[in-house]
Amino acid sequence: MVKGVKFKGLRDVGDPVELGAAYSDAGADELVFLDIKATLGDRPTLVELVRRVAERLAIPFTVGGGVRSADDAERLLQAGADKVGVNSAALARPELITELAERLGSQAVVVAIDAEGGRVRSHAGTLSAGRDATEWAREAEQRGAGEILLTSIDADGTREGYDLQLTAAVAGAVSLPVIASGGAGNARHVAEALGIAQAALLASILHENPQRLASLREEVRELGVPVR
Amino acid sequence: MNVAICGYGAGNVRSVEIAFRRLGAELTDDVGAADLAVLPGVGSARAAMAGLRERGHDVALRERFDDGRPIFGICLGLQLGLDWTEEDGGVDGLGLVPGRSSRLLEGRVPRMGWAEVDDRGAFYFAHSYAAETPHATAWSEGVVAEARFGSFFGCQFHPEKSGALGALYLEEALSLSRV
Repeated sequence: MVKGVKFKGLRDVGDPVELGAAYSDAGADELVFLDIKATLGDRPTLVELVRRVAERLAIPFTVGGGVRSADDAERLLQAGADKVGVNSAALARPELITELAERLGSQAVVVAIDAEGGRVRSHAGTLSAGRDATEWAREAEQRGAGEILLTSIDADGTREGYDLQLTAAVAGAVSLPVIASGGAGNARHVAEALGIAQAALLASILHENPQRLASLREEVRELGVPVR
Repeated sequence: MNVAICGYGAGNVRSVEIAFRRLGAELTDDVGAADLAVLPGVGSARAAMAGLRERGHDVALRERFDDGRPIFGICLGLQLGLDWTEEDGGVDGLGLVPGRSSRLLEGRVPRMGWAEVDDRGAFYFAHSYAAETPHATAWSEGVVAEARFGSFFGCQFHPEKSGALGALYLEEALSLSRV
C-alpha cells in the first residue's frame, strides 16, 4: 500500500490486508481501497486482494481502480466489496456509470473525482480530463452515481486541510452524498469538511498509526460535530 | 446452527456470509431446512425478485413463513419481504409482511452512512427506498429501521457492515432460530 503527496512521491505505508483489518478494528466508519496502479499500469484490479481484505472487515468497503465494465464491478462485489469506485473509465465512457447503477444499484456506485484547481484529472492525476469538477459531478449524478468521492490533488497529502472551496462547490452542485478527500492533518480539518460534505476521508495521518482514529473521533466530537 | 443465505445472483453476499461464519454459524444452500434463512440486501428489486424466483427461493421462503420458521431480511431483503416496492417502476415483493416500500424523498439520496437507530446506537445504512409498514419495530431519522411480523424479521441497515454493534445484532437474529 502506498501514499503520496499531491499524487506524487508514493511511499510504501504497509500491507493492505493488515492495515484494512487494523482500521476496521479501530472503529473506522468505512474503508476505501484504491488500486491507483490499476489504471496506470493497465492491469486488472486485484480481486484476490479484495477477497483477503473483505475477510477481515466488519465495515463498508469501497474498491476502485481499473473498473471498466459492469462485469469488472460484479467481480469486485462478489469478492466482498460493497461499492466500486470508477474514475478514468467513467470519464472516457460516461455511460459506464449507468451500466453499473443498473446492474449493482446506485448505492454501490461511487464516482471518484480527482481535481486540481477545480478541473478534473484522470489516470491517477496524470492527464487532464478537460472538464470542470462540479459539472462532471452533476453529470455523474444524472447518470446514476450513488456517491461522489472528491479528492483535491492540490491538498492531497499536505495535511494542511481539505479543499473546502472545491468541496462546497461540488456538494452544492449535487444532491448525492459527497466524501471529501485530500489534506486532512488534524481534527479541526475533519470537522470543517464534515460541515460541508457527508463524509471525510483520512489517509496519510492514519497510515502511520491506525489507533489514532479513536482519539481523532473524540476530538472531532469535542469540536461539536456529531460523529459515531 | 446453520444458516441459508438466499443469494439471487447479484452483488456482495460475501460480507453476510463472513459475518455469520464469524459468529460460528454453518452455511447451507438448503433454504427449506436451514435454522435461519437470510434474505440479503444487494442490487435492485426487480433483478432480486427474478433471481429469487429462478432459484425457487420465493416458494421456500413462503413455506418457511407459513410454518413459523425464522427469516431474516437485510436492507433490500427487508423490502422484498413486503407486498410491493416502488423501485424499478413497481415490483411485487414476497408479500410476507404487510406494507410497501417507497423512494426516500428527504435529504441526500441514496441515504448512505452511519445513523442512530432509536437508542440502540449507530448502524450503517445504504438505501434509496424505505419500508412503510404497520409492523415497524425501530426507526432511524424518521425511516423504518426494523420490522417484525410473524417469523419474519428484517432491518434496513446493514448489520454485517456495522462493526461490533452489528455483530451483536446478528447474534440476536441467530438466537431467534434457537427458539
